[in-house]
Amino acid sequence: MSNGRIGKLAVISRMGPLLGLILLGIALTLLSDRFLTINNLLNVTRQVSINAIISVGMTLVILTGGIDLSVGSIIALAGSITAGLLVSGQSILPAILTGMVVGGVLGLMNGLLITRAGIPPFIATLGTMTVARGLTLVYTDGRPITGMEEGFRFLGGGYISGIPVPVIVMVFIFVSAYIMLKKTRLGRYIYAIGGNEEAARLSGINTKKILLSVYILAGLLAGFSGIIMASRLNSAQPTAGVGFELDAIAAVVLGGTSLSGGVGTIGGTLIGALIIGILDNGLNLLNVSSFYQQIAKGLVILLAVFLDKKRK
Amino acid sequence: MNSTPLLSMKGISKSFPGVKALQDAEFSLLAGEVNFLLGENGAGKSTLMKILSGVYSKDSGEIRINGELVEINNPRKAAAHGIVIIHQEMNLVPELTVMENIYLGREPINFFGFIDMETMKSRTAKLLQQLGSDIGSTDIVSNLSIGEQQMVEIAKALSYETKILIMDEPTAALTERETENLFQIVRQLAASGVGIIYISHRMEELFALSNRVTVMRDGAYVGAVETKATTFDDLIKMMVGRDITTRFPKQAAQIGPEILRVELLSRYDQLEDISFSVRAGEIVGIAGLMGAGRTELGRAIFGADPMDKGNIFIDGQKCSINSPADGIRAGIGFITEDRKHQGLVLEMSVGENMSLASLAYFCVNGFINANKESEMIKENIGRLKIRTPGAVQLVKNLSGGNQQKVVIGKWLATYPKVLIMDEPTRGVDVGAKAEIYNIMNMLTAAGVGIVMISSELPEVLGMSDRILVMHRGRIAGEMAVQEATQEKIMAYAAGG
Repeated sequence: MSNGRIGKLAVISRMGPLLGLILLGIALTLLSDRFLTINNLLNVTRQVSINAIISVGMTLVILTGGIDLSVGSIIALAGSITAGLLVSGQSILPAILTGMVVGGVLGLMNGLLITRAGIPPFIATLGTMTVARGLTLVYTDGRPITGMEEGFRFLGGGYISGIPVPVIVMVFIFVSAYIMLKKTRLGRYIYAIGGNEEAARLSGINTKKILLSVYILAGLLAGFSGIIMASRLNSAQPTAGVGFELDAIAAVVLGGTSLSGGVGTIGGTLIGALIIGILDNGLNLLNVSSFYQQIAKGLVILLAVFLDKKRK
Repeated sequence: MNSTPLLSMKGISKSFPGVKALQDAEFSLLAGEVNFLLGENGAGKSTLMKILSGVYSKDSGEIRINGELVEINNPRKAAAHGIVIIHQEMNLVPELTVMENIYLGREPINFFGFIDMETMKSRTAKLLQQLGSDIGSTDIVSNLSIGEQQMVEIAKALSYETKILIMDEPTAALTERETENLFQIVRQLAASGVGIIYISHRMEELFALSNRVTVMRDGAYVGAVETKATTFDDLIKMMVGRDITTRFPKQAAQIGPEILRVELLSRYDQLEDISFSVRAGEIVGIAGLMGAGRTELGRAIFGADPMDKGNIFIDGQKCSINSPADGIRAGIGFITEDRKHQGLVLEMSVGENMSLASLAYFCVNGFINANKESEMIKENIGRLKIRTPGAVQLVKNLSGGNQQKVVIGKWLATYPKVLIMDEPTRGVDVGAKAEIYNIMNMLTAAGVGIVMISSELPEVLGMSDRILVMHRGRIAGEMAVQEATQEKIMAYAAGG
């Protein structure tokens, strides 16, 4: 008897973010006739894709009980380097790979600072965030990079059977992350480390290696997002990605993942990212000034986390 | 003597969603007595005490203090009635001083509204003196031993006008000597007229300390008896509702060849030149006082902490062990003394915890074979008689005894040759204890060698084949169980 009841509660609790997303969708459909159109929805998902891809890495990091503040700066650096290489005549694939490797290397730096030097994730990634932003400014000389070859635009702006390429990439990454977390040893170990790092270590898990992989993945994904963004805008901005780490953290938390680690799902993060994106889109459609949008977004995040806390 | 009890609780009921925690429970306490509250985990002891101390509110029933009906619906009210609880898990702020902890939230202030350090200091010193403790008022709590911290908790309790003192497993982390000290203080307090409710899983303490015993089972009152007029077996029967035939169901196994040998193991400031061996099917008990290096020894053998020098041989093969992963590969399992912080991932399920150390066996290219995994989990849940609604139940929802069995299951899944068990029955009720001993029998029968670190001498004497006693990081004595006595072990443990 008690089990049925607890089971039901757990289901509702897991459904909370999804319910919020649906309510938000219904409200916007009623308020604006431009919301529920194929065009607009494709547009929203494309806008969401960049934050969503970073949020996948952020989910992994937060599941281990850490945090990654450097992703916004990695976006800028990876985007700039890829754009710079393209402008200097490098072909597309090597340029993209180099940009991603840069993201991965910064992730590795985070991981080493945390596991070898014992610096808390918040501080380690804060340092990397600042260094990476500085490197971007040095590399770009503080100016946007433009004039990449036409073919590069496909990644951020192209379509395959009418679906934006970034959306396809995003779905692929989410599905991969879902499988990784659910079905592989790495996924299980990520939850175990976030739940109880010492118990995980004493169970023979090489916790440092797992943490290192997680921060590298977060860096790679951030780098890739930065490249998609440069492609979509057809220019790399040295100030790109400022504050994106906060949107990613918000998406993860809205999706029900615990900031203390060990509890959360990748599906929740997707919903969290969609809520943030749709909220932005809806407020735009309703002609709310961008100043007020910020206030609304902040309040929604606080409300969601509050409701989540209350339910528990 | 006054015939009205200091405290009487009658008809207390309390339900939580889906669970009836207390049903018509009762309890009475006289001034000046130590009343031992006995019951298995989940019998409702903690719930009853939480109602008394105002943490939970009761659904029905009445509480009287000195015959007067009182309503206790928050901890502040309880404190006003002189009811103080010392929790199992201590509630001190580690970075503050002793006196700051004792007067936290009610610091004496001077004319200007600043904290009056001098008054706080002298009052604290007086309290500590009263307890015969040499802790300083301005010592930082995190620098104190667990026993000293317990003393601070008691001093804090005394700083209130305490009439009823509830102590929940106060000796779980204390050394023999600290325990003796604590008993002295408890007796002193009782003699001064305080009524003491004492909860512990250690039956020895019941006979050493209490005047009366109140037994609970399944959320209900079973009975209260004079300690002098009862026996161990009677109490167990009241508590579990059936006879437990033997307390230590030790079955001698076939002792095989040497399986683990430790040679001259040293670790700076903790362990010095430790050598011993364990044979297949043998249980080697390691006794000693807290701080003697028993846990450190277990950790160093397993690879949880690096050793400075020394060699480990498994099956006669020298093994280089630098991490828990190395230890597991060599065939060693390690059940930690602190299952909540080091043994289990509480937010994970029973099954996920059980496969955590052996996951590699169930994986192909990093992908978990869920069928193979759940087969093992099911088998262990059955074999270890783990009471859980299922493998997907979160392990934090299980009782202490069942959690411990999950930890044991985790190690069984790695097929260890040697299992190091650090305080295998700590915080586990009597029924589950016997089950854990039976599991140990099952393991030794299968040829596993067990190193059992334990602070409970009856357990060491009841389950070991051979006993090592540690003192200050060294092995001070070794004896076969047949020639061992509590006195002999204590003499070695004290460095005699």
